[in-house]
Amino acid sequence: MTTVGMTVNGDPVSVETEDRTLLVEVLRDQLALTGTHVACDTSQCGACLVLIDGVATKSCTTLAVQADGSEIQTIEGLAKDGDLHPMQAAFNENHGLQCGFCTPGMIMAGVDMVRRLGKDLDDETIRSELEGNICRCTGYVNIVKAIKAGAARM
Amino acid sequence: MYQTRYHRPGSVAEAAELLSKAEDGRYVAGGHTLIPTMKHRLAGPSDLVDLSRLSELKGISEKGGTVTIGAATTHYEVASSDAVRKAIPALAALAGMIGDPAVRNRGTIGGSLANNDPGADYPAAVLGLGATIHTDKRKIEADDFFTGLFTTALEEGEIIVKVSFPVPKKAAYEKFHSAASRYALTGVFVASAKDGAVRVAVTGAGANGVFRAADIEKALSGKASSDAIDAVSIDPSGLLSDIHGSAEYRANLVKVMAKRAVDAIG
Amino acid sequence: MANDGIGASVPRKEDRRFTTGQGTYTGDVNLAGQLHAVFVRSPHAHAHIKSVDLSEASKMPGVVAIHTGEELEAGGINHLICGWAITSKNGSGMRMGPYPPLAIGKVRFVGQPIVAVVARSRDQAEDAAEAVQIDYETLPAVTNPVDALKPDAPAIHEFEADSSVWEHGRAPSNLIFDWELGDAAATDNAIKSAKHVVKIDLVNNRVVPSAMEARAVVADYRSSDGHFTLWNTTQNPHLLRVVLSAFINVAPEHKLRIIAPDVGGGFGSKIFTYSEEVVCLWAAKQAGKPVKWVSGRNEAFLTDAHGRDHVTTAEIAFDDDYRMLGLKVDTIANLGGYMSLFASLIPTYLYAPLLSGQYVIPNIHVNVRAVYTNTVPVDAVRGAGRPEATYVLERLIEKAARELGVDRAELRRKNFVREFPYQTPVLWKYDSGNYDGLLTKALAASKWDDFEARKAEAAKRGKLRGIGLSCYIEACGVAPSSAEGGALGAGVGVWEMAEIKVNPVGTVEVLVGTLGHGQGHETTYAQIAADRFGIPIDSVSVIEGDTDKVQQGMGTYGSRTAGNGTSAVYRALDKIEAKAKKIAAHLLEASEEDITIANGEFSVSGTDRKVTLTDVSLAAYTFHKLPKDIEPGLDEKAYFDPTDLTYPAGAFVCEVEIDPATGTTEVVQFTAVDDFGNVINPMIVEGQVHGGVMHGLGQALLEEAKYDPGSGQLIAGSYMDYCMPRAHDLPKSFDHAFQKTPTPNNPLGLKGCGEAGAIGSPPAIINAITDALGTEDISMPATPEKIWRALQSAGQNA
Repeated sequence: MTTVGMTVNGDPVSVETEDRTLLVEVLRDQLALTGTHVACDTSQCGACLVLIDGVATKSCTTLAVQADGSEIQTIEGLAKDGDLHPMQAAFNENHGLQCGFCTPGMIMAGVDMVRRLGKDLDDETIRSELEGNICRCTGYVNIVKAIKAGAARM
Repeated sequence: MYQTRYHRPGSVAEAAELLSKAEDGRYVAGGHTLIPTMKHRLAGPSDLVDLSRLSELKGISEKGGTVTIGAATTHYEVASSDAVRKAIPALAALAGMIGDPAVRNRGTIGGSLANNDPGADYPAAVLGLGATIHTDKRKIEADDFFTGLFTTALEEGEIIVKVSFPVPKKAAYEKFHSAASRYALTGVFVASAKDGAVRVAVTGAGANGVFRAADIEKALSGKASSDAIDAVSIDPSGLLSDIHGSAEYRANLVKVMAKRAVDAIG
Repeated sequence: MANDGIGASVPRKEDRRFTTGQGTYTGDVNLAGQLHAVFVRSPHAHAHIKSVDLSEASKMPGVVAIHTGEELEAGGINHLICGWAITSKNGSGMRMGPYPPLAIGKVRFVGQPIVAVVARSRDQAEDAAEAVQIDYETLPAVTNPVDALKPDAPAIHEFEADSSVWEHGRAPSNLIFDWELGDAAATDNAIKSAKHVVKIDLVNNRVVPSAMEARAVVADYRSSDGHFTLWNTTQNPHLLRVVLSAFINVAPEHKLRIIAPDVGGGFGSKIFTYSEEVVCLWAAKQAGKPVKWVSGRNEAFLTDAHGRDHVTTAEIAFDDDYRMLGLKVDTIANLGGYMSLFASLIPTYLYAPLLSGQYVIPNIHVNVRAVYTNTVPVDAVRGAGRPEATYVLERLIEKAARELGVDRAELRRKNFVREFPYQTPVLWKYDSGNYDGLLTKALAASKWDDFEARKAEAAKRGKLRGIGLSCYIEACGVAPSSAEGGALGAGVGVWEMAEIKVNPVGTVEVLVGTLGHGQGHETTYAQIAADRFGIPIDSVSVIEGDTDKVQQGMGTYGSRTAGNGTSAVYRALDKIEAKAKKIAAHLLEASEEDITIANGEFSVSGTDRKVTLTDVSLAAYTFHKLPKDIEPGLDEKAYFDPTDLTYPAGAFVCEVEIDPATGTTEVVQFTAVDDFGNVINPMIVEGQVHGGVMHGLGQALLEEAKYDPGSGQLIAGSYMDYCMPRAHDLPKSFDHAFQKTPTPNNPLGLKGCGEAGAIGSPPAIINAITDALGTEDISMPATPEKIWRALQSAGQNA
């Protein structure tokens, strides 16, 4: 067992884990942060995206030990003092989700898009930037709308 | 996933030392090929030696007509680097087409080259630009580096430190995505060097991985125009055939992508 | 208040849970002391199991138990079943091969579970599963349904010979049933005497449902009273409970609580009963501890029921005025290695009756042969039978228009059903509609008439532009119990149940037996209840998916919520309203007939006397001053069994541009005009159309669950090889409009919308491609290589 120290959603945490354990497993099973989901095993669907030191990362493709010393932000840490993050609010207002399973990853992808490309995102950019996020429910129409609106308000 | 031991060395030398002591060790950088493989129990390294945080392997510089990129530089860092965009825009564009944004946030050039997936993008740029791979032991020219599917000239334990790319006169990369995986079904990198020599590297299509398309290079040496490619015949017998595309279709794509790359160069 | 009611695009109540990571899916449920199950699955498509050696595995760290099929059988656990009996045209019953939850003696598809390893951690269970030694004798496999019917095909199940009733002595070994619908002789005559006959051969490609949440199970057992609790990714918890208890015998119905927490999509795949539920319940009882299993995506590919997989020949006949005279369809349907829960229903009653489409076709005959192959069982996937029917009919009509040189829109228009109700020659009676209106709207919105200019402009850019049309019909609700159910072979009723509880403080709870898994039920049902009383939807809670709370139910599939769930809620609200008015009348000392409801208040019309809903509910529960002919409480239940199905319809226009050099198709414009009858929440309904159309686009252009015919391996078994639609595949421009022709078959006039997009879009897309290419010889998925090859051979032929 290895001790991994991280800051998760602003709180310092220390967990004992095997070296083979994935970050997403530690988040979900040891820290009870079940908002981060796993929907594939080939690192393609994006449901597991979290921010590691501000950068969107597939937590299913990251060992927990690799994140030692890092600052992690999950979907549970986006809303501040009960106020939804603009990206979260935009998903609600634009009906950008149906079953909700891919949604945390979609929201994280939207947040990361703004970090890399700024707040003014056009439809074509958003469509191509969602290459790593799969949704079966929405047909993406309203996800694109939601990210555009959410980005503009960030 | 099988049990493994993780190490985070402080230097390239320590990394090599750790690996040499491991029973069946592997280096890991971005991990976006290795970790999914381990999850499926198709790989079970006894030890993982993490190269991703080594400052010796980081960074991008441009000097004297050469762009040098540290092995642990991420695809996103290359794609968004002002230096690369200015000196070799095709290389920045290629880095921006790898995988998806989150893959680009973590995946590294060194990892991609060491893995040498037949559908990976970087090998096309390295071979197309005639880059030099600098390891902790030696320099390897691109033409000598890629030796077959998932195999390279790297020796056991050898670490890629950086890659240096000669700045071409012009270059372009055209990629036809494999729809599901986002790897290159066929990608063609065309570079015209400052001395006028044209190199054409093809990824995704070759049965033995990335290769230089000699016939297309020859056709373009006389006349750097996409029409010159029309007459070239690509033999499908040396090309990959799988559920994503037959060798005949890939042969067509090699020509189409090569023509588009030449047109993009203008 | 009115803004929250029926017809308003209210943002969804459930979203805050999902956008903040507070949804609770089955995989998020963790019980103290829980164990983890991992399944050892067959690597072979067809093999005898010669021996199973558990000696190494059972010694591995953390292992608690290892279960086998023989053990379950000895414990009285029955096989998985298909719940819909179909009879062959010669009177023989369907041939249902035994489907033990863990394989006994033989495996019939890659991925079939053989052994379950239960250990303290998932990693330990995986380590031990790898140590299970199974010795196989492999057998030849068959994956293609046409090959499975050939005399030399390997026999997948062993059936007793019933030679007397089959034409050639005995049934082909892999035949499940040979079923027909319609009048064969009349149809043959109509075709024989017709002026024009057009024929088409089609394959409807096999697809993987691929809900983003893979299936999961958490099973708990309380030994003191033998009570089970099962958390499960199911679309129909009550139906699952009946099957697990009455048929499979793993737990008694009154001691089995099933909880479907948040469910992350289903698309049909979560209707069925699977091995893993049965085994985890059994394992929990044996271990005396909770047992959890969460499917990996690789397992989902190998175990979630697949969809489609039809091979069809169809011919249509016209008179000299291009009126349809007859339609003859012959289909072979692949049902996989075993019969899944509704497998027999999909290619029969959900397929054949839909072949009348939006048209008056006096004679229709459909023959369907269902077969076993060495593949994952096939069952309902979004649309289930209806997409297959629409694909056959709409491609055939498009081909006919081209062959006969008539306008394809006009050919359809000429043959539209115009009088309702309309009795088709194949069972269904259409409720209401205006097909002409749909087509006219779709053609106008898509600027159909200006297409040639767009095509010419695209040609200048080196692109081949094509436009395609599809007019679909849907049959929603999977009802009524008497006709669809009893008479046609269902093992269960197909009604729905709802209970409305008005709490003492006047808040409202809607408990209903459907199970939303992305469709926004919490908002839609709340709107119906809010509308009745004129209260905000925040005052309404919707409860689904717990058999201890919701008394009965049949779940969500086939747009049952729109037709049946909302109707049960509506009827329960009727009862609540009647009782509440009675109480209000008493409180207001007025007559019941004079009470009106608005803004959460009960008023005496023509006066300013009123009481609030809270006054009424408080009075109902305090019961201090109500007369004795009123019972205490304000809580009512209603069952709804509709008189018939509902028949949504629509017209889709798709426009594509093809890059001839690579064969790549881009959907540049998609126009959908749908008639779902009345609509509760247009925003949610439109979202269903978006998702459905993209699902259909996936089938048309990207998705194929491809098997290697020799080995029977699923070679498109991950997202690396099976292409899910992504955001960049979206039509460049996507227009949607409603037409509203309410159905008379339920009180709110709703027809349903969940499957429409997936039903109508594949033929619209393929018809656009065939239009662009000038050849009919394109199959789904229309990959760039297929299109490139079609262009190559056209070039060679030219």
